[in-house]
Formats: sequence, structure tokens, C-alpha cells
Amino acid sequence: MGVKRYNVRMAGLGGQGVVTASHILSNGVVISGGHSSLVPFFGSEKRNAPVESYVRISADVIYEIGEIIYPNIIMIFHPSVITLGKSYTMPFYTGLKEGGVCVINTGTPIPFTADEQKGLDVNDTKVYNVPCTEIANKVAKTDLATNMGMCGAIAAVLGMPDLVSLGGSVKDRFIGKGIVVSGGTAALDSAIEKKFAKKAKLLEANMRTLYATYKYVIDKGWGHPDANLVDEEELVANACGTVNV
Amino acid sequence: MSPQTAEAKSNSTSKHVNVPGKPEGWVPAGDLQEIVTLEEMQKLPKETIFMTGSEAARESIRRANVDMAIAYPITPQSETMQQAGYLFDEGYIKDYYRAEEEIGTMSAISGASRAGVRSLTATSGPGLMRGTEAIASWPGARTPIVMLNMCRVINTPLAIQPDNTEISFLLNTGMLVMHAENQQDFFDWPLIAFIVSEEVDVTLPCTVSVDGFFVTHARGNVAMCDKKYKIPPRDGWRNAVPSMDNENPPARISRDAPIQKSNFISYHMHASWQQEVFSAVERSAKYFDKYLGGLIEVVNPDAEEMIIASGAAVSQAREAVRQEEEKGNKVGLIKVKTIRPWPREQIIAAAKHAKVILVPEFNQTGWLHKDVCTTLYGKSTASIYPGPRVFGGMTMPTELILDWLKDIREKNTSRNHF
Repeated sequence: MGVKRYNVRMAGLGGQGVVTASHILSNGVVISGGHSSLVPFFGSEKRNAPVESYVRISADVIYEIGEIIYPNIIMIFHPSVITLGKSYTMPFYTGLKEGGVCVINTGTPIPFTADEQKGLDVNDTKVYNVPCTEIANKVAKTDLATNMGMCGAIAAVLGMPDLVSLGGSVKDRFIGKGIVVSGGTAALDSAIEKKFAKKAKLLEANMRTLYATYKYVIDKGWGHPDANLVDEEELVANACGTVNV
Repeated sequence: MSPQTAEAKSNSTSKHVNVPGKPEGWVPAGDLQEIVTLEEMQKLPKETIFMTGSEAARESIRRANVDMAIAYPITPQSETMQQAGYLFDEGYIKDYYRAEEEIGTMSAISGASRAGVRSLTATSGPGLMRGTEAIASWPGARTPIVMLNMCRVINTPLAIQPDNTEISFLLNTGMLVMHAENQQDFFDWPLIAFIVSEEVDVTLPCTVSVDGFFVTHARGNVAMCDKKYKIPPRDGWRNAVPSMDNENPPARISRDAPIQKSNFISYHMHASWQQEVFSAVERSAKYFDKYLGGLIEVVNPDAEEMIIASGAAVSQAREAVRQEEEKGNKVGLIKVKTIRPWPREQIIAAAKHAKVILVPEFNQTGWLHKDVCTTLYGKSTASIYPGPRVFGGMTMPTELILDWLKDIREKNTSRNHF
């Protein structure tokens, strides 16, 4: 894409882990040696309510802060952000820069309205449909790993952060540094931790989801030239091997 | 420093034996810290950590040797003071409680300061407004207090988003007002605020304002020294105003009855009293200058197009400067660090080459623009544009600043200017 800086807007529904995904992506970039900052949009923190979060990624120092009004990447975590207008930004592509990328979590193409299609076309927007929830259900056996899928997909599209750094960020989230996003997220943590008897299992499921969507994007030919697959088992072992819980 | 000296210099005189809820022999973590002067602390080796503004404030408070913290929760301040609660639990803050609302908070913390201890509070927009009656009485009472202010919308429609109009209400109280740009400032500046506000010839409260959410809830790189260090305690005995003995409280706070009557003497007294408060604000400048490395920061000082900004608007302006640079244009930037004391002479000097000045702000009222205009009146021939401004919590896209610059260059603007 020839852009040195990426401004990413993530839109989804409450409970999907949009804000968590932004922390993981951002932290992954920092681990990989890049610069990143993020800010969530603070509206009502409840299930199914619109959620937006914004991540800035750069190889160079970042000054700009606040919400991203003019992104060059948008990530749609749920089709109803578009089809039901569950979004703070309407239409969903508002502000997307020319030649921008829109990654949508869907197995089948979204039936855009004529206006939406025109809005995407005149702006030369690339739309990549990645079935993250389907992949999460298949690989992690839970749709709660959808956000991991979205992280894997975007990392492949941008070519940063690399898979190992992204995996390290997921590990930070669940073990060790423990990035706490909000009280609600902490409650969800304890729920999901019951589902997975051991944190290592949870981590493994997340890693495999990351890997699967990263690979999906590369297989589709949407990957950035810098996006490289690593050995899946090595990735999982790196993240989970040292965990004794 | 040898361990013996360190021990001698530490203020671990209090023996916390059998603190309720703590194991026997528990020692507050703050008692184990080593005291260094702020100058020494600024020169210590630093580790850079990627953290939120709230966490940066926590780390600053950890090293600030705070005796008493009182606050009432309000978004977006709550997270910081929740973190301060953990510091109290660990023993980095000697006493801490949640007040019942902001008038109570701001009155109570004033009592703490009058008693001669290092005092901290924090609030946000509407909470600040509620507490302003008490806050406005702090400077005249000569109470060194640090108030962290995480800015938030105060006008209608109601929002919890960042907007810094509230700062305008503090500008004429006689308190010191700093406006931090980012997480690093929000770590560095509270420490500076404590030291400056407690200087004998200052003895004033100081607010460290920061734009809520954009800084408090977002992560940025913060360089800080090890947590084993803290700044020296407040020296209550060398206060400009005698500390109050709370065990034997005075019958009345004001020692001179005439001040409370509306008569000729009281007007004189009030005038000299206020004159002294605002002189103290000016006297604080030399300390801020020393610890902040200047009251303003100037980027591209010889540029003909300058941006003058404070707080989060500085970050947006830095990005605008960089993007203009990529296009081959030189745009300058003046970051105003302290709003009170107001760096009048520095701004006049830094803006003397300017032909166009933009004052981007995150509020509707344009309080910074007003001060810039007052300062440059008769001192500059530049056209001073009142914006761009965003408010109600909206972010300021860099593109907005770039658009204003473009319109001005192409004379494609009907915007009023001064």
C-alpha cells in the first residue's frame, strides 16, 4: 500500500472483544519494535451496543491522538454494523481514505445497498471478507475468539505486527502483564476461563485462531508482502510452552 | 548513595505496627523508598513503558511522597484514583479516602494542606465545577495542593467525552494551571507541580490538567525512573503560612476579623491579598522554567506559519507539522506548558516571525486564543485565526488543521481573524 502509517478504525458489537482486539494489535506492534497508540470510543458498555476502537500503527513515532476520523483501514467485526447500522459511524465507510481497505468478518459478501456500493467504488476501497467467526467456531470451538481472528487477519493485511509478536501480545493479555480493558471484560475473562480448564488451553485456542485467519488472508492473496507465515506448532509452543497453569 | 545515608535521608519515622488488615510488622512500601530531589530524579536512568495516562499518573503519585489523597469518583478521573487506592494499600500514600462529593472533597483536601501535609486530589469536568466554590478559595488560603484534572465536557448536551472548557474556569482563580499534552507529561508534571506549589515564595495550589480519554485511557510511551525513588516530603515547618494544628483547631480560620466585613479596611486587605496571590503565580515561573525546561516548547522557530496550542491539541499540531514537512512546507509550533503562570514574554518572542497563527483548541470558548490575542496585541502583525476548534468531546483530526492552513494560503477563507 506504500503507506508508512496506518490508521485503523474497528467497529463491532459490545461483547465481541473489539476493544481487546485493539489492545492486542497495538501491543503486538509495540512488541515487534514499531510504534502504536489506541483509543476506544466510550459509549455505553453493554452487549450488542455499537463499539468502536481506533489504533494507530507506524514505523515512526506517533504524535496524533484521539479517535480516528479518516482511517485508511476499517475492520467490521459484525455484519450488522453495516446491515443494521449498528455503528457510531454511518455509513460504515465514512472518512475512509482513497484506496483504503475494509476487512469484514463475514463468510458471504454483504449485500451492500446501491449507495454503499457506490461509496466504496468511488473511493477505490478494497473489501476483504474474512469469516473470522466461522474460523473461531471451527478452530477454537467458540465465537468468543472472533476478535483473535480479526487480529490475525489485519496483521496479515498490514504485514505488521509479525505473527510471533502478535502471539506475544495475546500472551500478555491473558498471562503476565494482563492488559485490563474494563471491568466488564474482566468478568468475561472469568467466564471464558471456566470454559477452558487451563489458561494454556485458552491461549492455544486463541493462537490457532490467529494463525488460521492470518493464513486465510495470505491464501486469498490479500496479504502484505511483509506478511510471513511461521510454523503453527512452533507459534503455539512459544506462547503456551512456558505456561504452568 | 550508601545504604546508611539513604536510610538517614528517608522519612521512615512513622512505625506502622499492626495496621488493620495487614500482617504484623508490615512496612508501608513508601517507607522503603529512597528520597531524591526532583532534579536528581529527572537525571536518573529511565525505563520506557507503554501505558495509559491513568497508569502514568499512578506511577507519578507513587514517586510523589503523598501524605493525603481525597477524591470523589467521576469519569474519566475514576480510573486514576482507583489506581491511587492500590498505592494506598501498598503504603505509598499515607492516607486516602473517598469523599462524599466534590464540595466535600475540595474542602477536605484544603484542610489537609492547611495542616502542612502533601495533598492530592483529582477530578473531571462536572466534578470540578461542583467543587469550584472550594477550589476558588484555595489560592487565597495559600494551600499547596495538586489537583489532577482529567478534562471532560461540562456543557449541554451531556457527554463523558473530553473537552477542556473547564480549564477556563480555573484561569482566574489564582491557582497554577498546567496543561499536559500526553502520558509522559502526565507522569512528569504532577511531581513538578508538587515541588513548585510548595515553594515558600509560591505556596499555591496547582492543577495538572490533561485531556480525558485521549490521554487517560489511551496508551503511550512513558519514560520513568525506578519506583524505589521518591521526591522529598513537604516541609510543613517552612510554610509561608503557619500550618494548622488539627488536634487543637483554631476557633476561627481567619485571624483578622476586618477581612470578613465589607468595610474600607477589608477592601484594602482583599486587594493586597489578591495582589500577593497573583504575584506568587508570577514567582512560580522561575521554578516551572527550571523543571520543565522552559514554559513553552518551540518547533521550527523561524516559520512564518505558527500553531500555538496546549494539551492534546499539541499532539495533533505536531502531526500537522510533520505532514506539512513531508510536503515541503515549514510550519512552526509553540507548545504552551503552563497556562498560569502565562508565558507572555516567551510567546511574544517565539511568535515574532509569524505572519499566520492558528490556535487549535478542544473547546468552544477558545480560552487559549483569547490569551494569545491579548498577549500579541500590538506586539505582532500576524493574522491570528481562532481555531480550528472541536468540542463536545470530538477529536481533532490532523486533516482539520491542514485544511485551515490550506484555506488560509489560498485565501479561500472567510474565517474571522484578528
